[in-house]
Amino acid sequence: MSASPKTDWKKLIWALMGVAVFFVLPNFLSRFSIYLMALIFTTGLLATSLNMVLGYGGMYQFHHAVFYGFGAYTTALFLTKTGLPGWVAFVCAPLASALLSLLIGLICVRLSKLYFGMFQISLGSLVWAIIYRWYSFTHGDDGIHGIPVPDLIASGKSAYYFALIVLVVCLMIMYRIVESPFGRIFQGVRDNPERSEAVGVNVRKHQLVGMIIGGTFAGVAGSLFVVVEGSVFPDLLFWTLSLEILIMCLLGGWFTFLGPLFGAAIIVLLRTFVGIYTEYWTIVLGIVLMLLIFFLPEGVLGYIITRYRSRRNPKFQEG
Amino acid sequence: MLQVKSLTKNFDGFMAVNGAGLSLEKGQVIAVIGPNGAGKTTLFNLITGQLAPTSGTIRFKGEDITGIPPYAIVRKGLCRSYQVVNIFNRLTVFENVQVAVLSRRKHTFNLFSNARRMAVNETSRILESVGLKDMAHSISGSLSHGDQKVLEIAISLGNRPELLIMDEPTAGMSPEETEVTLSLMKKLSDEMGLTILFCEHDMNMVFAIAHEIMVMQQGKSIIQGKPDAVRVDKQVQEAYLGGDDICYA
Repeated sequence: MSASPKTDWKKLIWALMGVAVFFVLPNFLSRFSIYLMALIFTTGLLATSLNMVLGYGGMYQFHHAVFYGFGAYTTALFLTKTGLPGWVAFVCAPLASALLSLLIGLICVRLSKLYFGMFQISLGSLVWAIIYRWYSFTHGDDGIHGIPVPDLIASGKSAYYFALIVLVVCLMIMYRIVESPFGRIFQGVRDNPERSEAVGVNVRKHQLVGMIIGGTFAGVAGSLFVVVEGSVFPDLLFWTLSLEILIMCLLGGWFTFLGPLFGAAIIVLLRTFVGIYTEYWTIVLGIVLMLLIFFLPEGVLGYIITRYRSRRNPKFQEG
Repeated sequence: MLQVKSLTKNFDGFMAVNGAGLSLEKGQVIAVIGPNGAGKTTLFNLITGQLAPTSGTIRFKGEDITGIPPYAIVRKGLCRSYQVVNIFNRLTVFENVQVAVLSRRKHTFNLFSNARRMAVNETSRILESVGLKDMAHSISGSLSHGDQKVLEIAISLGNRPELLIMDEPTAGMSPEETEVTLSLMKKLSDEMGLTILFCEHDMNMVFAIAHEIMVMQQGKSIIQGKPDAVRVDKQVQEAYLGGDDICYA
């Protein structure tokens, strides 16, 4: 991973071209496809936010959906229950998710590895149960529908552009964080917490900050969901969704930055198109996962990158 | 520089360290030796804060550091390398050392600078001084065992230690690799003025470099003194297989 400015320029040009393609794409797509793309952007942001914690921090963030759903509900409740201008809701959602990750994190980072994950599932399920049961405030399992999204981003196409812009901005910020000293050290913590501590890193504090960052961006994804879908429901915080996001990261490649985005696209498309033929689309997912574990343990993008590098430099092998 | 007094560590009734004492002056190279299970590694874990002692005190530069967490002890200038290779597997060699340098420079929570341009000179200098410069951009997990052990030391140097504690720096090394490590340790001591505390089974190496030797047996320190004095000490000879010459231990 040499830091030659040439590769940086190349990356930037590729990224700009990609964004440009997505900017003109809606002109050629049906309304449904535009909606589907916006949903992929939202889910992709969610998966990337999980990967900040999972792939770069090596933490078993088993209940990431809670921060997503919490952000979505915060947006929805602000928009329906208060007369405040719309942008307040979109600022408050990530903040609320950040606060929730701080709370859950403070308790969980004391535990290591698997225990961290298990305890997070129980705390997250508690939040889910509250939202599921609190009919008078959250409408329980009915969810909240017909949320008055600000006019500017209400139509299908404008929601698409809003999601695209938010995704690109968030990806840029997250990439910056990954490449920052914090990110570098976070990867050190992932590889070897004990050694990190021995070079002067306060591992728990580092993990807590990492969790808050991941939670915050999940909150952003949550409010995007409200824009795209116009409704919220308790399933957004249910643990099965957390599992799905986890699979997206593994599928796409959790040691790559853009892998989870790919994973998200694959899962959303699978669910949509296989879901037309059978409600048991998860069977197909299961088969895909098995093939993945056997043939592409680094994930789809991880595989491509490793192949690409070893072709350019036969000596290079990722461990 | 470092004073350890009547240190004990009780693991559920087993006294791994039982009244260990140690004293180091600035610039010294001191070896801890003793049979397997004598408590050398536990002693090091206690000094560097990985374990909390049951009783006793550890003073570093006159300050009581007993029971302080590891990351805080490192920031005071007391660093360690490990017996078992303990590196950041998926990071490159360069990044491994850079992590330590960034941490020492207190950039731990710097979220928005570009890490690729930070601490580059210092990291390169360290890699050059230990002879790993050519491999700077290899993934560290793919290095040979000997190179990983050297990287181990390089990471510790990233913290710019005053006292470096090395747990069996040549464990599992070939004779050539041992030779390289030995000259590296000499260089660190002579040129950079590092104080070094290490433990080792290779007696040739111990007698080649140590200014003083401390001998442990069953968790106790039996003696600390000049190599010549330790070599002829009765108790030490008994500790090592019933009185044979220490070099055969």
